Amino acid sequence: MKISEKIIEGGLFSSAVITILTTIGIIWVLLSQSLVFFKDVSIWEFLTSTEWTPLFTKKSYGILPLISGTMLTTLIAVAIALPLGLCIAIYLSEYAPRKFRDIFKPMLEVLAAVPTVVYGFFALTVVTPFLKNIFPEIDTFNALSAGLVMGVMIIPMVSSLSEDALFAVPKSLREASYGMGATRLQTSFKVLVPAASSGIIVSVILAFARAIGETMIVAIAAGQMPNLTANPLAAVETITAYIVQVSLGDVAHGSIEYRTIFAAGLTLFAMTFVLNNVSFFIRKKYQEKYD
Amino acid sequence: MSTLTMEKKTHFAEPIKNMSDSKKKPSIAKISTNNVNVFYGDNKVIKDVSIEIQEKSVTAFIGPSGCGKSTFLRLFNRMNDYIETFRKEGDICIDGKDIYGKKVMVEELRKMVGMVFQKPNPFPKSIYENVAFGLRIQGIKKRAVLDEAVEHSLRQAALWEEVKDQLNKSALALSGGQQQRVCIARALAVGPSVLLMDEPASALDPIATSKVEELIHQLKEKYTIVIVTHNMQQAGRVSDKTAFFYLGNLVEFDKTKKIFTNPKQELTERYITGRFG
Ligand SMILES: Nc1ncnc2c1ncn2[C@@H]1O[C@H](COP(=O)(O)OP(=O)(O)OP(=O)(O)O)[C@@H](O)[C@H]1O
Ligand SMILES: [Mg+2]
Repeated sequence: MKISEKIIEGGLFSSAVITILTTIGIIWVLLSQSLVFFKDVSIWEFLTSTEWTPLFTKKSYGILPLISGTMLTTLIAVAIALPLGLCIAIYLSEYAPRKFRDIFKPMLEVLAAVPTVVYGFFALTVVTPFLKNIFPEIDTFNALSAGLVMGVMIIPMVSSLSEDALFAVPKSLREASYGMGATRLQTSFKVLVPAASSGIIVSVILAFARAIGETMIVAIAAGQMPNLTANPLAAVETITAYIVQVSLGDVAHGSIEYRTIFAAGLTLFAMTFVLNNVSFFIRKKYQEKYD
Repeated sequence: MSTLTMEKKTHFAEPIKNMSDSKKKPSIAKISTNNVNVFYGDNKVIKDVSIEIQEKSVTAFIGPSGCGKSTFLRLFNRMNDYIETFRKEGDICIDGKDIYGKKVMVEELRKMVGMVFQKPNPFPKSIYENVAFGLRIQGIKKRAVLDEAVEHSLRQAALWEEVKDQLNKSALALSGGQQQRVCIARALAVGPSVLLMDEPASALDPIATSKVEELIHQLKEKYTIVIVTHNMQQAGRVSDKTAFFYLGNLVEFDKTKKIFTNPKQELTERYITGRFG
């Protein structure tokens, strides 16, 4: 083998190793710091207590309010992104002329490239005042505004991946449907969406995971109020926003307050890890279907 | 028209019966085309074809690959409409009506003109839902109506006995031949009068093929069938009339027996005897 090839191979190999080591390192830090945390706080309290007040004098370590804040903003985002993203996907794959699709799809993907701090700012300064006109009782920081804007951010994930899935449905199924006298709309919703359902579900799960992990928008617009509530008009705090709050705050490193962010981070990691794996399995099943 | 009914099934392997056209000639053909040209962009693939297809007969389209059989067949249910470069000239009538007329609803046309494709293409749904699909999209929800139509169509497609206990099983889990008969049942369920089949048996093994051929024989009593095939024996076995296409031209169209024993054109003879090109 040529020496240059050996060098290249070594370079490729070491980048792979570095990536894996970094991942292992992150997980190790999360786990070890969390273990120390769980020496002081029982896992039972962590998972069942309904108050999260590690920074107050009367301390309570229940992660549920942070989880509910995360889920509330995420669900609002998905409730926006799923129908809109799916409609866009169906339009692009079944209705739009090829040329339009080829121009529009990359343009849509720009939405995902907007820095999230811009989205957060937009939520706080534009969307929230607008919502105040409709719901006067809304908090200045609230789950709804952050969720809506986050929904817009993840639309391209849903539409782009769903469009790929719809587009990949064999032509023979379209012909079968049209040949039976189905309209375009009927073909889209009765044949193509069901046939592409696994791909669509994967797109939604990935978008869901992306929204769970989103930090900037919720830190800016959703508030810093751990709040076990389903009210979208109230201020909440997500896991990510809490981690930012503590990381940037003046909590002493090494204290139990400080370690809460590792426990919270581990919780977040577990949630996205599960979602990613679910989507991975669905995708694997899906690939087998048409081969 | 032949007046034979049930005995036909047993005659299936024997030479094709003569269509006694002279006895009774319907005033209008079921399908007729008049000087039809088809273009894909600048490429003319059907050249001035006029043909009349009688009701309740089986017509076979034969010819070398690329000669335009599928294109011509797909004119009858306007499946070419989805191809952006497609353009046609001339008239195509079914039951005397121009199917490309302004007032024609394509969806309605396709309920009347069913199609079965080369590769079995059942939906990834249950057998039942596949067959019920056409009725469901017409908004029919009544379980009894659907049940009855599903059973009737599957019986017509000679599949009922094989699948009646597993109607909720995915159609994709069936064998290729069974899948193709699901597709035939699916097409029959909406009550068409014409059935277009584009090489319906080319993806099937010999046993499944003969089942489909037998089926075509039975369906002829109720439906006008047009079948594209590459298999000369198949054309001979199932069809009343045969049309031979070459490079977009309709070279010869006559009774199948005539085409296979005593064709008028030398080109036809060379093609069916395999001495071609
Ligand atoms: N979508 C299309 N766009 C452009 N040209 C096409 C298209 N479909 C078919 N053609 C061309 O039209 C001609 C006729 O094709 P067609 O599929 O009708 O032939 P065929 O007789 O059915 O062939 P085969 O026996 O291989 O199925 C061919 O030259 C083919 O290349
Ligand atoms: Mg063909």
